[in-house]
Amino acid sequence: MTPQTEHSSRRLLPALAVLALLIALPYLAQATGYTAMTTLATRVLIYGIAAASLNLVLGYGGMVSFGHAAFFGIGGYTVGILYQHYTLGEPLFGFIPGTNQLLITLPAAIVVSGLFAAAIGALSLRTGGVQFIMITLAFAQMLFFLFVSLKTYGGDDGLIIRRANELPGLNMRDKQTVYYVCLAIAVLFALVLSRIIRSRFGNVLSGIRQSEKRMAAIGLPVNSYKLVAFIISGMGCGLAGALMANFLRFASPDMLHWTKSGELMVMVILGGVGTLFGPFLGAAVFIVLESLLSSWTENWQLGLGVILLFVVLYTQGGVQALLGRLRRRA
Amino acid sequence: MTLFLEQMLNGVQFGVMLFLLAAGLTLVFGIMGVINLAHGSLYMIGAYAGTWIAGETGSFLLGILGAFAAAALAGVAIEYLVVRRLYGRDHLDQVLATFGLILIFNQTITLIFGRQPLFVSVPAILDGSIEIVPGLEYPLYRLTIIVVGLLVAAGLYLLINKTRIGMLVRAGSTNRDMVRALGVDIRLLYTLVFGLGALLAGLAGFMAGPIMAVQVGMGEQILITTFVVVVVGGVGSIRGAFFASLFLGVVDTGLRAYLPGLLRHVLAGSEADALGAGISSMGIYLIMAIVLLIRPKGLFMPNS
Repeated sequence: MTPQTEHSSRRLLPALAVLALLIALPYLAQATGYTAMTTLATRVLIYGIAAASLNLVLGYGGMVSFGHAAFFGIGGYTVGILYQHYTLGEPLFGFIPGTNQLLITLPAAIVVSGLFAAAIGALSLRTGGVQFIMITLAFAQMLFFLFVSLKTYGGDDGLIIRRANELPGLNMRDKQTVYYVCLAIAVLFALVLSRIIRSRFGNVLSGIRQSEKRMAAIGLPVNSYKLVAFIISGMGCGLAGALMANFLRFASPDMLHWTKSGELMVMVILGGVGTLFGPFLGAAVFIVLESLLSSWTENWQLGLGVILLFVVLYTQGGVQALLGRLRRRA
Repeated sequence: MTLFLEQMLNGVQFGVMLFLLAAGLTLVFGIMGVINLAHGSLYMIGAYAGTWIAGETGSFLLGILGAFAAAALAGVAIEYLVVRRLYGRDHLDQVLATFGLILIFNQTITLIFGRQPLFVSVPAILDGSIEIVPGLEYPLYRLTIIVVGLLVAAGLYLLINKTRIGMLVRAGSTNRDMVRALGVDIRLLYTLVFGLGALLAGLAGFMAGPIMAVQVGMGEQILITTFVVVVVGGVGSIRGAFFASLFLGVVDTGLRAYLPGLLRHVLAGSEADALGAGISSMGIYLIMAIVLLIRPKGLFMPNS
């Protein structure tokens, strides 16, 4: 579970194998005739980015945020709002021109969600425990209702993005291209995250989770560390939201709904709290389960609930820990 | 003026409903340290069971009994099968396990009753309205809810402050381990408290039936609001939950009633309505955020 053992060379080979498999995935999908696999995998990658970001505060920092869907939604709406102003040709707030360029909208989404995370984090981190859970939920709910009431940007119905953002030299209307773009970003993101986790900053963060008092006693500014982690985590979720808005060509208040925050937490815990690849694995399990169960029965949530209950009550550390235990037994 | 008074009464009525839910939630959290997201499901179960039985038998009274029985049974089952395993766990596990319970209950209810909301009419005795002050006709049913809620609050006050069980509950919410160390059968106490909370949630759900539609998802809607009440009032404090429920109930109802009208002075009609509705929904969360920033443990937290 410690971050240091996470990325030893013994783990490098399986990681490369998984990466090769992911690169080959669209071709495998075509070969087997199951083309929906590519879009499914795109969703897994996007949710994986969001869940991995949440995991930075949840698993490494020990801060249970129940409002991370807010940043996911803000990322999505940044893309949607910039696109709307681009098509209408009128600048946002009178001076920010709209755009449909991915190279601008993605950084914009990251910056905007980072700013929101800074504000929400600075206020929320003054509390702790159950109050922290509830205050993050409260801020997410406020933003949810704000977007519901903003008629200019679709209100309740959401904002339709007629065409995905453009990336020079690539045809972003092609699903396979979108998949590879998401894959590249996800890999990059995982690399950055692994650097952060193994850095001094990451170690301090883990230390804070284990004993905040001890870290403070050493003389470290505990709250600044927590806030920075919260901001990075919010930025990651914003990035995922921006990708999702491009993938769905739609941004709606549903992205900020509290059940979305719950789903992100479910992905983290399914995969394994406080591990680098756990959240990606969890996102994969969640999305695949969701689409499998929903193709069998419309009451798929019943099955999901049972599985969730089982994972929480009987597996300590999610699917990744379960795999690890099986591997050790074999 | 009468309109204002009517809105205030509506606010109190909503507040009383919130209190019935918040009382159980705050006790469960204060004493057992468990965040129970499935508390809203108990409210839904009470509503469905009561409404269905009342519809089948034609008796409102049997409906109440049915709601009590179903909610208490479900509550004790949840405590015995799931929550009992979560006492020592961290909040994350509790949130996720009870989130799983919500999914299970929602889908089970959908399987049994379908997706169509159930509708139930106000029982004949409580139908109609009475004139409280000259010129203000207020529905008898809503008035009954207020009275029932206040009676429950008074009963809880007596139970918590004047009985032996209440003493243990208070002791438990102040220092759990000490109570356990003194040889109290804490597991029985836990089950009792959980069952009591479930009972009140079921009552609230059943009474909500004739006012709001009985449908899947009704539990989550009110659950989040209830959590706001619990946190504002101070986790574990019944007194805090009571005042916070009434305060937030009145504020929420007042904002919904008057904000769109005020905004219409500055904005176009439809936009004012949408923005007004949005901001009024945000109101209670804003209050919670402010309260937490000033008093991180809530307004009525004992010994703080």
